[in-house]
Amino acid sequence: MINTIKVKTYKSSPVNVKELLRYAGAKNADNEILQVVDKCLNEALNCLSYKVCYGEFPILKNENYLDLGFLKTTSKDLKKNLNGCESVILFAATVGTGIDRLISKYSRISPLRALIFQALGAERIENLCDRFNNDITNEKLNENKFTRPRYSAGYGDFPLEMQKDILDVLDSSKKIGVVLNESLTMSPSKSVTAIIGVGSVENGN
Amino acid sequence: MEIKDYIKNNILYLDGGMGTILQSYGLELGELPEIWNIKKADVITNIHREYFDAGSNVVNTNTFGANTLKFSETELENIIKSAIENAKTARDTSVGKQHKWIALDIGPTGKMLKPLGDLDFEDAVNIFTKTVKLGVKYGADLIFIETMNDSYETKAAVLAAKENSNLPVFVSNAYGEDGKLMTGADALSMVTLLEGLGADAIGVNCSLGPKALSPVVEDYLRYSSVPVILKPNAGLPVSKDGKTVFDILPDEFLNEVKPLIEKGVRIVGGCCGTTPEYIKKITENTGNINITEITNKNITAVCSYTHSVVFGEKPVLIGERINPTGKKRLKQALIENDLDYILKEGIEQQEKGADILDVNVGLPEIDEKNMLKTVVCELQSVTDLPLQIDTSNISAMETALRRYNGKALINSVNGKKESMSAVFPLAKKYGGLIVALTLDENGIPQTADERLNIAKNILTEAEKYGIDKKNIIFDPLALTISTDTSAAKVTLDTVELIKRELGCNTILGVSNVSFGLPNRDFINGAFFTCALTKGLSSAIMNPRSFEMMKAYKTFCALNGLDGNCEEYISFAKDITETSVNTTATTTDTQNCSGLSGAILKGLKEQAVTQTAQLLKQKDALDIINNEIIPALDKVGTDFEKKIVYLPQLLMSAEAAKSAFETIKNSVKSESDGNKCNFILATVKGDIHDIGKNIVKLLLQNYGFNVIDLGKDVPAQTIVDKTVELKAPFVGLSALMTTTVKSMEETIKLLRKSAPWCKIIVGGAVLNQEYADAIGADKYAKDAMETVRYAEQYNVT
Repeated sequence: MINTIKVKTYKSSPVNVKELLRYAGAKNADNEILQVVDKCLNEALNCLSYKVCYGEFPILKNENYLDLGFLKTTSKDLKKNLNGCESVILFAATVGTGIDRLISKYSRISPLRALIFQALGAERIENLCDRFNNDITNEKLNENKFTRPRYSAGYGDFPLEMQKDILDVLDSSKKIGVVLNESLTMSPSKSVTAIIGVGSVENGN
Repeated sequence: MEIKDYIKNNILYLDGGMGTILQSYGLELGELPEIWNIKKADVITNIHREYFDAGSNVVNTNTFGANTLKFSETELENIIKSAIENAKTARDTSVGKQHKWIALDIGPTGKMLKPLGDLDFEDAVNIFTKTVKLGVKYGADLIFIETMNDSYETKAAVLAAKENSNLPVFVSNAYGEDGKLMTGADALSMVTLLEGLGADAIGVNCSLGPKALSPVVEDYLRYSSVPVILKPNAGLPVSKDGKTVFDILPDEFLNEVKPLIEKGVRIVGGCCGTTPEYIKKITENTGNINITEITNKNITAVCSYTHSVVFGEKPVLIGERINPTGKKRLKQALIENDLDYILKEGIEQQEKGADILDVNVGLPEIDEKNMLKTVVCELQSVTDLPLQIDTSNISAMETALRRYNGKALINSVNGKKESMSAVFPLAKKYGGLIVALTLDENGIPQTADERLNIAKNILTEAEKYGIDKKNIIFDPLALTISTDTSAAKVTLDTVELIKRELGCNTILGVSNVSFGLPNRDFINGAFFTCALTKGLSSAIMNPRSFEMMKAYKTFCALNGLDGNCEEYISFAKDITETSVNTTATTTDTQNCSGLSGAILKGLKEQAVTQTAQLLKQKDALDIINNEIIPALDKVGTDFEKKIVYLPQLLMSAEAAKSAFETIKNSVKSESDGNKCNFILATVKGDIHDIGKNIVKLLLQNYGFNVIDLGKDVPAQTIVDKTVELKAPFVGLSALMTTTVKSMEETIKLLRKSAPWCKIIVGGAVLNQEYADAIGADKYAKDAMETVRYAEQYNVT
């Protein structure tokens, strides 16, 4: 088991415009909107980076409370999610500060574009998490292990306050530049942390 | 021996990794290593001693994260005291015979500064100040600011170090594989910024191995006039036999570092993954490398938080539009605190090709110091262009220079003693490229020689303050030819003379020359070309002026400054005779009928042209009531019925806004006095404000006078403004459950001090239940609902 946090940088991937529009609150889009989306995509192209830092931690205890070493929690939902798991992959992912600068710029001159960039950021970070999650799942599959769906602080009864422990143990500020704000949001805003449960196929489900 | 003298003639060896070694001693992930200064002082002392024994001249104290965000003030004092004691014990007991110094190590706060994060710049300075003062108190020999991945935070740390100590300050930044800091700055920008702030040595550490960092290091060597630091990682962490190791071993580390020392790196050590063994390799095998003198690179440059603009190569264009002199609309915007208009001017000038933006907000009606600071900060959140701080108010100048993220152009100083003694100390402290006007107590001389003399005097005086001539750029002053026909010639001669005699760069506010003449742009453009031919480095000009841009583009094309004439071609290819004097508008081919059609379809440019057409036949009110509002209402209703969605609604709203702006520009400043005030704010703690801005746009379209207090707004600020304006509506937005609390507090305070106001709340986490619980008058699920609610109360 590793005891160091690793950093992984991903290349750009195609944007799912349909998903982007969904984040922007649109079920459909006419040509005019699509043209704006296109312009936004062009402008954002060189402003995105895709970074993940992560580490694997043993589940020390999963009885009346859950002990992952870096955090202890009585969250029943997380406990359930990690049922049958022996360790977790903890990660923080971000698409960087560039998209925040674009959102901030257009907030002042075009709320429409700000909305599109906001949606683009959401689509990008989810896509990055999916890609990283897939890599981990495949890696673990090769080791004859299964992974559980990723779980984040703020889901169910797993408190958002846990973000502090999560970002601390990942040293995310130094590794990939993700920091926690007083309000428990992260900067850059398009960042995600999550826990992926890992278990052995023969022991678990 | 003083370390600053030592590095003139010697390679200075630093230490290697600390955190990665502590992990091998059992430091848990997430555990604060600074505690070990007290808890395991012997371990820390031993590590320091091993570095000294390996030949390090400098060890950094184990205080990377020692700041008041992580520790109480008492804890902090104990940690820094012990940390320095540990290093001193190591120094006293080491067998090494080399010169030895102890550096107070300062890493990032672990927070991000506004506007990207929630830490205020001055708060960051205060945090670093506390650490610096303790380092000085307990006897550190120098301050080593390291692993900074943001230019703004770096600036805060350096200011704290300089303001609270006389110790040498070394600064090293952490670059990514793209050769940039996490927040975007490239190597030249950091060199420009840090030399300006007076850092004694600068360079790079962490992130990558020596070879991977070498492009950035070579940039530092090319640009820096102070010694360059290299403190790389032992490559990247990899898993080997179930353990984590770094992939560059000591021999390879030496092989990668050595050529960089040969190229001129003067200060060298290691970061994550390196150990005393790595340092020993370096100290034992690089001692005989020939030292080359560190020279002044004579680069005249300013920078923002991403990039630099260098003077003396391609002519530099400085956009003049953010200056109220002679600009009624901007004056009005300043008085009404309409920042959006000002920011739009900035963005538009960037789009038109400006390299730098001049910022002048001097008006007798406003508090210039506050306004300048606000506009500088706000501009830096929407544009990455370097700024020119343009003011005669010295205290406004200082505040703006302090807050500015980068090295600014300072406008201006002149040959008067009083001016120089006020401006030079600020430029020395904060860094800055100073525009120096060739005038003095006796006014503006008539001849080029006399102007040259003033320039010489200014240089002599600047030197007394330690300001290098590369940081002075002369404005030989363009005067009006309509009153003195020889005026332009004197200016042109002075440009040439200053360049030839002093080797200095020049700058001109070009447009003065044509004052009082018809079609001023003709003269301006031609004068600009003449001045460029004489060697002018930069002009303060209107990037929207066709003649000026034409002069610039053609000059560059003719002087080999425009590779393949690409810029000229893209500028000139679509210009036809008729488009020269009208603003080129791309005509949409979609058929939509009239202004209301343009708004329904969300076509901004169409909306503007249609409005301009209509204004010739109808009055403004008629257009608003019979064209714009019905169209907006239709889109609004469709949105409520879910026939159209948010993006379409916004597209129409923005088209409507441009229509309103067109009306505002054409109608002679019709009083807005009877508009209903609506205060909007995102509450304290929340730093995202897209939703709030959407509400703002729609409210403005429906004729409300929106006072936008921004994001992360303290309750008291909201209350004060509401009371001041006796505003009937307050809209509050919150994104996080954690900030709904601030919302509740704000409402409580408002109820007490402004019982008359209706409070509307909204935002991602809110719902009717929450809204009721915190005592709001109305929960609005979207922007349209806010508009409908306010309209219903605003019928009187």
